Amino acid sequence: MAEAVLGHPAAAPGLSVPFTGPDAAHRGIGYEGVAVAYKGTTVLADFTLAVRPGEIMALIGPSGSGKTTALRVTAGFVRPIRGRVHIGGRDVTDLPPYARSIGMVVQNYALFPHMPAYENVAFGLRARRALEATIREQVAACLRMVGMESFAKRYPRELSGGQQQRVAIARALAIRPQVLLLDEPLSALDAQIRLTMLEELSRLHRSLPTLTVIYVTHDQTEALTLADRIGIMRDGRLVALGDCQGLYRRPPNRFAAEFLGRANLLPVTVEAEDAASGLARVRFGAVSLMVRRNPEVTAGQAALLCIRPHDLRLDPPGPSANSLAASVSEVRWKGDLHDVGFEIDEHRLRLTAAPLRAPPEAGALVNFYFAPEDATLIPEERRG
Amino acid sequence: MLVWSRAGRTVAWAVLALLVGVIYALPAVIIILASITGQWNGVLPSHFTLQHYANALHGSSAAMLRASIVTGLLASGLALVNGSWAALALRNTRPLPRRVLDIVFFIPSAVPSVSVGLGLLVAFSRPPLLLNGTLAIVFVAHFVLVSAYSYGNVSAGLSRITPDYEQVAESLGARPWYRLRRVTLPLLLPYLIAAFSLSFALSMGELGATVMVYPPGWVTLPVGIFGITDRGAVFDGSALTVLLAVTALAVLIALSRIPIKAAQR
Repeated sequence: MAEAVLGHPAAAPGLSVPFTGPDAAHRGIGYEGVAVAYKGTTVLADFTLAVRPGEIMALIGPSGSGKTTALRVTAGFVRPIRGRVHIGGRDVTDLPPYARSIGMVVQNYALFPHMPAYENVAFGLRARRALEATIREQVAACLRMVGMESFAKRYPRELSGGQQQRVAIARALAIRPQVLLLDEPLSALDAQIRLTMLEELSRLHRSLPTLTVIYVTHDQTEALTLADRIGIMRDGRLVALGDCQGLYRRPPNRFAAEFLGRANLLPVTVEAEDAASGLARVRFGAVSLMVRRNPEVTAGQAALLCIRPHDLRLDPPGPSANSLAASVSEVRWKGDLHDVGFEIDEHRLRLTAAPLRAPPEAGALVNFYFAPEDATLIPEERRG
Repeated sequence: MLVWSRAGRTVAWAVLALLVGVIYALPAVIIILASITGQWNGVLPSHFTLQHYANALHGSSAAMLRASIVTGLLASGLALVNGSWAALALRNTRPLPRRVLDIVFFIPSAVPSVSVGLGLLVAFSRPPLLLNGTLAIVFVAHFVLVSAYSYGNVSAGLSRITPDYEQVAESLGARPWYRLRRVTLPLLLPYLIAAFSLSFALSMGELGATVMVYPPGWVTLPVGIFGITDRGAVFDGSALTVLLAVTALAVLIALSRIPIKAAQR
């Protein structure tokens, strides 16, 4: 739990800083209090993060949250006004981009249009004055790795979006970088190809387990599918950090809960805690509910109760399940699932489930249920 | 399509044909006709000859053509290097210095070229930099006049190239010179060719400044045409004009045939 909910103290008072010192952090990528400002406006504030070697770290957040700036700082395209950046144990803060040993794939791939795929992939090796035999061998291996060996002579304009993306990845990997930076690499692809490419990226990383990857996206599905850990950014700050499941199941703040997946949030007051069972009793209106305990929220404190839509049920999941009565506001069938909207007092909740045989009617008063371990508490003072 | 009806389209095409015919085609046809005319007293020429072309390709006319081509190539080449350098250097500078230098580049194209010639004459007629009466002052005049077009074209090209290309190149280990040579300039090639073509065409036709500064022995074709027609040899002047246009056109066609892989996106 503790590891899963770390953010920056300034963004969320009381949270500890994940950076644990040079030995642990600097073998991968380490950011120590990095700040970036444009014309007096801070776009990245006290960014501190340790990305482990071989890890895929997804940075997600809305537009203007600073995720791309963090990536550009890593690549060396933006110079921080404060803080240090380490890659592979080396302080690269003052190094130019060409001296950082980084592979990068950008949103539009930026394949050099005047070079065929082979020359695109060979570019980094030629820039480093590699021997021709090494170039031939390395380029062939990288094109083979992404399944593009038969397209080596084609120009970017002769390739589809997915193929261009593969060549861009091969180009980035050809120099055998320590770090691969992916800046929304799938956003220009259509939904079907995006899914395929996600699987391919995952497979690729399994074959290159020492490669540290920073993956910037605004798409939570991509982050959850691919990343080992996710950092959520907002207004230039890292507001949540953790492994995918932990962050999804136990978001540290309202913003994280609402940005990573959909969340039903209800205002509650903690009545009692039971450290032994790991549960707490909370009050929502006149109803008492048993939920997963959060050590940061003690008895008597106000909190937000977070339940994911797919954790709500129309039938009790077990004898200890919580129950709430609500009126159905809307029912939508979406092919592979039903989406049911409820209203309790002024609070709107959503339930998603596999297609229901007998979905409730809009306006009907129904009971819905959730298991105590599927509901988590978010401290009220961290409200985003 | 702005005009949907068949009749409307016919009228639009007719108006366009009339405008193009009167503004562009008619003067060209008249000059071409004049260049092969021995006698022209009525509405149409009464006698045709190639003697004017024979005159144009021998003696002083050939030297004028050579002077024009050399001046055009040299001034355009220098302007291209200078304009590209300036555009590349200025793209990342702050807006104010960039605007000031924009103005410096564009002023010569905004004033009459004869004023530019006069300015150069006044500036370089005394030591320590005495260029008056030399070939150099002709090159300088043409260089100053066409620089704006080189700079403008390259700047426009740079603004259309996403920085992603250069940044990816850098991240792959390309140092600045390598990046410029292998990525930036190839991507800019269409704009460089356009800049050179435009500069060359302008230089080939330049008269106002040249007539103020040209030294004996380096008479460009426009100056020659002006002199010949001023003396009443209109048909010889027309032949030289056709020769000038054909030469400029040949160079422009040759430039347009340079393969531009970056443009074929």
